[in-house]
Amino acid sequence: MYVYDEHDRQIAAERVAQFRDQTERALAGELSEDEFLPLRLQNGLYVQRLAPMLRIAVPYGMLRSEQLRRLARVTRDYDKGYAHFTTRQNVQLNWPALEDVPDILAELAEVEMHANQTSGNCIRNTTTDQFSGVQVDEVADPRPYCEIIRQWSTFHPEFAFLPRKFKVAVNASEKTDRAAIQVHDIGLQMVRNDQGELGFRVHVGGGLGRTPMVGPVIREFLPELDLLTYLEAVLRVYNRYGRRDNKFKARIKILVKALTPEGFAEKVEAEWSHIKDSPTRLTREAIERIQGYFTEPAYDALENATELLASQRFDNRQFDQWLSHNVDSHKKPGYAIVTLTMKKTGTPPGDVSDTQLEQIAELAEQYSFGEVRVTHQQNVVLADVRQDQLFELWQSIEPMGFATANLNTLTDVICCPGGDYCALANAKSIPVAESIQRRFDDKDFLYDLGDIDLNISGCMNACGHHHVGNIGVLGVDKKGAEFYQVSLGGSSHHDATIGKILGPSFAQEDMPDVIAKIIDVYVDNRKEEEPFLETYRRIGIEPFKERVYA
Amino acid sequence: MPEVITKDGAIKQDSWVVVSRPEDGESLNMPEQPALIPADLWLAGKEHFEGRDDIGVWFDSHDEPEILEGLVNELPLIAVNFPKFADGRGYSIARLLRERFGYENELRAIGDVLLDQLQFMKRCGFDSYALREDKDASKAARALNFFSQGYQAATDTDVPLFRRRAS
Repeated sequence: MYVYDEHDRQIAAERVAQFRDQTERALAGELSEDEFLPLRLQNGLYVQRLAPMLRIAVPYGMLRSEQLRRLARVTRDYDKGYAHFTTRQNVQLNWPALEDVPDILAELAEVEMHANQTSGNCIRNTTTDQFSGVQVDEVADPRPYCEIIRQWSTFHPEFAFLPRKFKVAVNASEKTDRAAIQVHDIGLQMVRNDQGELGFRVHVGGGLGRTPMVGPVIREFLPELDLLTYLEAVLRVYNRYGRRDNKFKARIKILVKALTPEGFAEKVEAEWSHIKDSPTRLTREAIERIQGYFTEPAYDALENATELLASQRFDNRQFDQWLSHNVDSHKKPGYAIVTLTMKKTGTPPGDVSDTQLEQIAELAEQYSFGEVRVTHQQNVVLADVRQDQLFELWQSIEPMGFATANLNTLTDVICCPGGDYCALANAKSIPVAESIQRRFDDKDFLYDLGDIDLNISGCMNACGHHHVGNIGVLGVDKKGAEFYQVSLGGSSHHDATIGKILGPSFAQEDMPDVIAKIIDVYVDNRKEEEPFLETYRRIGIEPFKERVYA
Repeated sequence: MPEVITKDGAIKQDSWVVVSRPEDGESLNMPEQPALIPADLWLAGKEHFEGRDDIGVWFDSHDEPEILEGLVNELPLIAVNFPKFADGRGYSIARLLRERFGYENELRAIGDVLLDQLQFMKRCGFDSYALREDKDASKAARALNFFSQGYQAATDTDVPLFRRRAS
């Protein structure tokens, strides 16, 4: 993965000094609350319900063992000994003290970490597929391009005060989209053109939140060398013409809709024509230099351990279930991709203790070349595990709580911190996730249901991506009471779709029953191996409505 | 006389006055001192102002600098207003004036100009800053130089870090 050079280190150190200076001036009253607000937000620092919350960047989800250990130490020394993996591949601390934040940043900078632009109206952390570089069907490894975007967007002087936040995601697989690129402000799909040249299909104006939208394509093929100049053109058009009079209409999706995708694309092309050959245009050497950080680890030459695994599965049913659900195929023979699930019932989705962070660091060193990837589903991936070590790995992670074999099932819930922690939330989300997990504790039934995305957000801001859940749950405030609105049919993949609202909202205690009824309708109507989403698309929302509101 | 911060963080005294946009039906209220007038009004009355080195223009954040394409270097001073510091349109306007229209004279940030935005402004081509009066001008030099380098090309440098690394 990427390693800082002297330039990155210098910029990171200067950033820590700058934020220390800003914090001191804020505490001394030289900066008003309004003036400090965007400065601290651009450093990931929110003031929350119970304490400040610090969101630490994990660029495109990659972490090394030493970084995990430092995170563990920071949660112990400055927080309550746990952290939270977010739905954008970042990490959050829930209880740091404002005056400690500069010291935390200094500790993080020592291991090449930061909290830059993890919040605020600026370009946020670029996200990608957690299986990048190890899956079979990708066009190219997207991570070097994510790093190129990270560097370009870091303290970009023109785009630090955009109308609203701005999120970029990159996907390189042709079959799957684990990065949900079509619901990002810019979604970049890596493609090859007819001549075999590498580039991007550019989606602009997707997003969740108050006005969920699937991002239309504004350019079918953008050559890779043109990536940054084109992004700069999109951002400039948005910076100049995005609405600033109404916070709820300030995302780029509203501008794209107002101008129409064609009209927006024309404006971008016109802007781009002036700057496409500027020095910001990437060079082959610059790309290759960054690609040099993402070369393959020293894989052993192995055969697939098919027979060994078959006998291990035969002997142990739980291992068999785990292998079927939490382990994916790898491009190298004899290797596998393991997802450690952070979804044990009773623990808020994505929460990890300091000890668990250290355990993950240890596992990464022992089994996966010392690196992990955080997923937007709030899990952690060991991307390069030898197949003949899977059983041993499984045995060690079972007691740690990382082997809940529910990946991509109904109980692998994406869930924001909700009203338990977040000042923006209308309702709690964690207890709803837990009550559903408890209701569906029969593994065989769960597996029989197949892949179902259940996404829960505590408010319209949609950190839990409820719009694109096959089943989405949104916390709403009804005259001071917490209620939950359910939507069906969402998808964040290549067939990205915004879910449809089922009807009036429900009380928290009714939610497990409501979900159970929805599942019943699916089970009654599905054909053979048909997944939930396809059944829904075939029969529509009415049968679900009838059953749930009967 | 008002104080203005220079690109190097020095404080200079200055007598330029920003003339606000007149209400409908009223005419520009021109002061004795050098004056910055709304850019579109300068353009509309250009023949009156020909050759004057004490008349400059200002753009508001929603204005289009394109209206002065080809004319910018007739002006001794252009200012861009930041109605609120969180309104980032002025950064794009500055880069367009400098990089696209080739403006070479003084470019000034006016309005809600605070310390922590100065380095962004400098990188986008502003070379003087009318710091908001309640802010401590003695801290400007530090704020202008929090960072010794940036990743991107902008107005201040046309060599992004990825090209510097290559050489």
